[in-house]
Amino acid sequence: MTLAAPARATSSELLPLRWGVVVFPGSNCDLDTLHVLNDVLGQRAEPVWHRDTDLSVFDAVILPGGFAHGDYLRAGAVARFSPVMDAVAAFAAAGKPVLGICNGFQVLLEAGLLPGAMLRNNTQQFNCSWVNLRVESTASRFMSNCRPGEVLRIPIAHGEGNYFADPETLEGMKSRGQILLRYSTPDGKITDGANPNGSLENIAGVCNERGNVMGLMPHPERASEAIIGSDDGRRLFEGLIRSLG
Amino acid sequence: MPTAKITISYKPTVLDAQGAVVKDALHNLGFESVQGVHMGKYIELDLAPGVDEAQVREMCQKLLVNPIIEQFHIAIGPEG
Repeated sequence: MTLAAPARATSSELLPLRWGVVVFPGSNCDLDTLHVLNDVLGQRAEPVWHRDTDLSVFDAVILPGGFAHGDYLRAGAVARFSPVMDAVAAFAAAGKPVLGICNGFQVLLEAGLLPGAMLRNNTQQFNCSWVNLRVESTASRFMSNCRPGEVLRIPIAHGEGNYFADPETLEGMKSRGQILLRYSTPDGKITDGANPNGSLENIAGVCNERGNVMGLMPHPERASEAIIGSDDGRRLFEGLIRSLG
Repeated sequence: MPTAKITISYKPTVLDAQGAVVKDALHNLGFESVQGVHMGKYIELDLAPGVDEAQVREMCQKLLVNPIIEQFHIAIGPEG
């Protein structure tokens, strides 16, 4: 079997935005994220070291997966104080798009840029597997290429993905469409069996009230090329690109 | 040298899954009398003289504790 060269078919259709992918000490999904953005989607993405404080050139910022600062104290607890995070907060306050993937989601939660908190998986085990995600809301720009009710197949790999928010916060989020993705069966049913980590109401991805900041525990950058097993993940990146194009 | 001893645990509204697992494990070993297990963190700070509890509380609120899911208790003593 010969491997085909990475498809660049869509690079001419998608406007090449400038993406900043923040790298903390311990981030490890930055290269995959850069690869998908640059080589698969024809974007202009570059790494941003956690001590850099200038994000002005970027159209969008991603906090990638990994174990920033070893997840010491709590996942994302130390990374949220990295110098770059002031700039990320200002970027978000200006209404610009920020996507937190896995550890990046944890950093955004600790930084208060997204509501709620993460607990250890209720199974007490690190879970690396494919999951199905039902699209609940397209309130965020990143979801603009998805339809409510459809199911995306994207992998997870985490030990602390058990999402928690107090009842009042949760009700507010639901009323504003901030619950974006839920763990589901392949045909879109929300069941305990489909919940890999004990997350409240099977929540896998959320956004802020404004919709410009999104976080999700699954890894869309690991499901952006069909040859790996699914390219449902690229819809999130494409959604943002198309909404700004 | 003053020492601050901080215990951090989940708020009662948060499910302590790890505690539940440990309770089951204790029961399996025959310790049926255990009715609840609550897992938490213990942090000890070695402090310069003159640091008061209010400052330690601030350290907890800013970094050491996530107030959404955790509660904490501080005990400051003259030495560790």
